[in-house]
Amino acid sequence: MLTNQEVAEQIAEKFEGSVSEFEQPYGLLTLTTSRENIIPLLSYLKEHPVYQVNFLTDITGVHYPHNAEREFAVVYHVHSLINNFRIRIKVFLSKEDVNIPSATGLYESANWMERETFDFFGILFGGHPNLVRILNVEEMDYHPMRKEYPLEDATREDKIDALFGR
Amino acid sequence: MSEVDLISDKSQVARINQPELVEELTTLNLGPTHPATHGIFQNILQMDGEKIVSGEQTIGYIHRAFEKIAERRPFYQITTLTDRMNYCSSPINNFGWHMTVEKLLGIEVPKRAQYIRVIMMELARIADHLICNGILGVDSGAFSGFLYLMEKREEIYEVYEEVCGARLTTNMGRIGGMERDLTSTAILKIRALLQSLPPVLKEFENLFNRNRIFMDRTINVGPISAERALSYGFTGPNLRAAGVDYDVRVMNPYSSYEDFEFDIPVGQSGDTYDRFMVRGEEMWQSLRIIEQALNNLPEGAYFADAPEYYLPPKKDVYTKMEALIYHFKIVMGEIDAPVGEVYHAVEGGNGELGFYLISDGGRAPYRLHFRRPSFIYYQAFPEMCKGTTISDAILIMSSLNVIAGELDA
Repeated sequence: MLTNQEVAEQIAEKFEGSVSEFEQPYGLLTLTTSRENIIPLLSYLKEHPVYQVNFLTDITGVHYPHNAEREFAVVYHVHSLINNFRIRIKVFLSKEDVNIPSATGLYESANWMERETFDFFGILFGGHPNLVRILNVEEMDYHPMRKEYPLEDATREDKIDALFGR
Repeated sequence: MSEVDLISDKSQVARINQPELVEELTTLNLGPTHPATHGIFQNILQMDGEKIVSGEQTIGYIHRAFEKIAERRPFYQITTLTDRMNYCSSPINNFGWHMTVEKLLGIEVPKRAQYIRVIMMELARIADHLICNGILGVDSGAFSGFLYLMEKREEIYEVYEEVCGARLTTNMGRIGGMERDLTSTAILKIRALLQSLPPVLKEFENLFNRNRIFMDRTINVGPISAERALSYGFTGPNLRAAGVDYDVRVMNPYSSYEDFEFDIPVGQSGDTYDRFMVRGEEMWQSLRIIEQALNNLPEGAYFADAPEYYLPPKKDVYTKMEALIYHFKIVMGEIDAPVGEVYHAVEGGNGELGFYLISDGGRAPYRLHFRRPSFIYYQAFPEMCKGTTISDAILIMSSLNVIAGELDA
């Protein structure tokens, strides 16, 4: 049975200086790395003889518009089916430079997950074989999950939060 | 000589007198609205005669931006969005979402509510697999098995109606438990189902499992190795058919699944027949779980003591001040959730259904992402149907059980 502590220590030792912000919200080991280290980290975990983190559960994006220089987060959830151990890895990107290498070389499933993240957040995955929109129409010229696009028509005044005391 | 070679040889022979047609591929649009694809899927196939050379999917036809909508909604209103993802087994989606929020809030749900949830989730799994296997029969040319099963799905829907009042988009349960206790009528209906479903399943299996035509149509059609399946992010029955015994119910038990005795069926080759058999066996295991849960149903409350999130009983709302305040605050979505970041996964009808929730302390999620199993494993479809014929491709798609609502969210 792997513990968060021991895996975190191993990763911190191996990727000294390029992994940070170790946390365990609700028991899930969470760490942050840089875009240069995300693919080496994923392949290190995948090829590690003990950890064998062989399953990519999910890739998604988060937009923090008020987080200067770290506006976008790309969040990877990986899972070792052999040890039943999950890790969440985050990479923060600034809005001026939303490039990150693609994980399609390691996992086939990353293909559509990255396309979805590109579609909704505009994150550019370098080396992706076919980085085009997946769920939205191709003519769309913005990335709708970014926080600057409100869900409702911004010109409407009958539904503003102030009227509901929020 | 393999079957594929034979087909391609024949097509060469047919073109001997038309040399300009050799090497020329036909483009075929399968979908978006084709009756054999059960939903809105478009596949642009490159065909060499009747053989599929390559394919490309276009998805998103029923994309409804659930993740964006969820950023404006209070937590309890998001349940109705989850209904519409895998609409063949909505209760699993509902409870998956409730459990995610309960994990964020740190609510401990009473045993009775957990057992009721298990019963409903397993009924939903049976309904999901009944449809998938029944439709697979229809697609391979056998209609009657599907009709036998439909009657039983109707009875499962009657149980849903008794428990939550709805049939398809169930909105079942509440954050903190169930919205009402299991009524005696519901228990009677589930007991009747436990009696009447096994003979029908047996009959269905007798029609299909050793049927020569069905076996010829499905064995070695669309096989996938365990390694490729893992790389493609397969989960659920499709992964187990390839021989990997990954089941969220066993690996990370939730809602008291650790209390029940059941087996995880696995296949070997990951072909259409194995997927059919794994789903068939899973229904028997679900029946086992339901029986155990019903026999050991604990007494006690069916909702947690979480007044800020669970609606108070109506008679208290009319007579007690606190209950009235909480009722108003919950209905208006005025309750703020704690700051936190949660990933919770349940075993949906098609595999690992995950909810990644980031709360910034507001009334609605800051970010909510659904890990939809169909969306992730549907990528493998072109690889699986390469070199087969159209009629096989239909069977492969049907046995993957890609649900349009879950695919597009």
